[in-house]
Amino acid sequence: MVTEQLEKVKEYVKESRVYKSMFRRGFEDTPRNRVLAIMGNVFLHLHPSHVKRHSVKLTHTWCMGGITFLLFLVLCFTGVFLCFYYHPDKINAYRDMKYFEYDVPFGVVLRNMHRWAAHLMVITVWLHMTRVFMTGAYKPPREFNWVVGVVLLVLTLLLSFTGYLLPDDQLGFWAVTVGTNMARATPLLGHEGPFGEQIGATAYNDIRFALLGGSVVGGNALLRAYIWHCVAMPVTAIIFLAVHFWRTRKDGGTSGPL
Amino acid sequence: MWHNIWKIASKPDNIPIVGMLFLVMFFGVLSFYLALKNDRIRAAAASRRKEGQPKAKGDVVDVIDIMYPESEQGLPKKISCWPHLVKLEFICAIAVMALLMFWSVPIDAPLEEPSSPALTPNPSKAPWYFLGLQDMLVYFDPWIAGVVLPTFIILGLMVIPYMDVNPKGSGYYTFRERKFAILTYWFGFFVLWVIEIVIGTFCRGPGWMFFWPGQEWDPHRVVAEVNINFNEFLANATGMAGLKSATAGLVIGIGTILGYYVLGMALPYLWLMRRNPVILEQLGFIRFNIVGFLFWTMMALPIKIVLRLIFHVKYILVTPWFNI
Repeated sequence: MVTEQLEKVKEYVKESRVYKSMFRRGFEDTPRNRVLAIMGNVFLHLHPSHVKRHSVKLTHTWCMGGITFLLFLVLCFTGVFLCFYYHPDKINAYRDMKYFEYDVPFGVVLRNMHRWAAHLMVITVWLHMTRVFMTGAYKPPREFNWVVGVVLLVLTLLLSFTGYLLPDDQLGFWAVTVGTNMARATPLLGHEGPFGEQIGATAYNDIRFALLGGSVVGGNALLRAYIWHCVAMPVTAIIFLAVHFWRTRKDGGTSGPL
Repeated sequence: MWHNIWKIASKPDNIPIVGMLFLVMFFGVLSFYLALKNDRIRAAAASRRKEGQPKAKGDVVDVIDIMYPESEQGLPKKISCWPHLVKLEFICAIAVMALLMFWSVPIDAPLEEPSSPALTPNPSKAPWYFLGLQDMLVYFDPWIAGVVLPTFIILGLMVIPYMDVNPKGSGYYTFRERKFAILTYWFGFFVLWVIEIVIGTFCRGPGWMFFWPGQEWDPHRVVAEVNINFNEFLANATGMAGLKSATAGLVIGIGTILGYYVLGMALPYLWLMRRNPVILEQLGFIRFNIVGFLFWTMMALPIKIVLRLIFHVKYILVTPWFNI
């Protein structure tokens, strides 16, 4: 009796104008519905409706590219929440870390997850590159997509590096000091690099100064790292990711000749 | 001994390195296992074809077929993305999220004291993924180790598809058909990049001095700096004191570096002319030189490591503006 009533309600809902405006396919397992499941969904539409049989084998792709993208999404999600509490200035930055530790609900897990996902993403990017190399998936017609992939690899490392400074603790401060000191030695553009001194580079106008917004890793460097980390580089990465995925589709899937 | 290793390995920020080492080794072994397996199947099929025997498993028209078990041979080449691929992605996503959850709850992200420019930790280390570059500073000046070589790593990676003219091995694991490419990749990625990271993490202590894993980090250890420049090394070796002058050093330095690249490209060229001229033709002059230059630039690192550690050579070339 109740089941019958529920059936009727279900029928009514499925026939309603509201439901039909949102969902345009049924649930029967038909080839048409399988295609529509992909084509009718803006997120799943990243995929083609049909893929090569070998690209769904776990041993073939290791699912590494997908895992990397998942970690990128995790980082965006946890990053937004971290942004709600974080102030990129020398007075507040470190206090905010303590605030995460003791006050913010789930603050510790939030920060931990952001950190470990970032480290894991660096590793999965390398493994994804290794898989693509070992299956020869950079060969024609996918040459350019490999180049886009290398750009994304560099962006991943730089995103991780800029994020390292943000807690403003000794670990991040000195890691970034060591890292950016390299820029001093850039040929021509750094004041300690070959021919830098000769063309007038000093600690106050060279490329390191441009990166840090100063001659030491101070408040300006914190703000620059923050803007690179939270705005400029994620946006750049998203653009390159879009190209990367789109070209994977256009070039005929994960690997193999077109 | 184990105490010190554990102290480093269990630092929260070093856990990823230990994980990375095992993951890279696991996937490295897996990819070589798959590659050699494919090679074996295809070699067997080729020899059967030669003998005129009937078609069997592994006798492939399309090389991609070797990836499928017998029961799947001859099925359509494409399958629907829903549910096959989406299902796999969903399961992977759940597994990774579970791993992240189990990692994030018990192990806290590191947070040290507030930053202080006046308090330099010894050693000060870059983030772990850049430790390979930091360790190169032992062997090269910062402008090479920190700027030029990273640039070449990125550019070198980018040009791989345009330098690799081998049409074989597209879309399946194989070793036999791509020996040079695969060996070069693993040498650069594993031997140089990953091992350097491990050395930078586990073996570099105060003052960036080398400590064997487990050795106690003693900041007061004295290391005699007996490094000499290449021309002085030659002078000592040959007994010709005249080679020690700055001019002789300049000439020897430039000559050595030029000779290194010229011979590095000429010798493989001559060897390939005799052994396999087809490859030279496919590569062409420009590609051959780019591959040669990038390859020998990469090999300069292990060569410099040997020169430094065994012969105590500091610089090959010394000029008033820069040293190599």
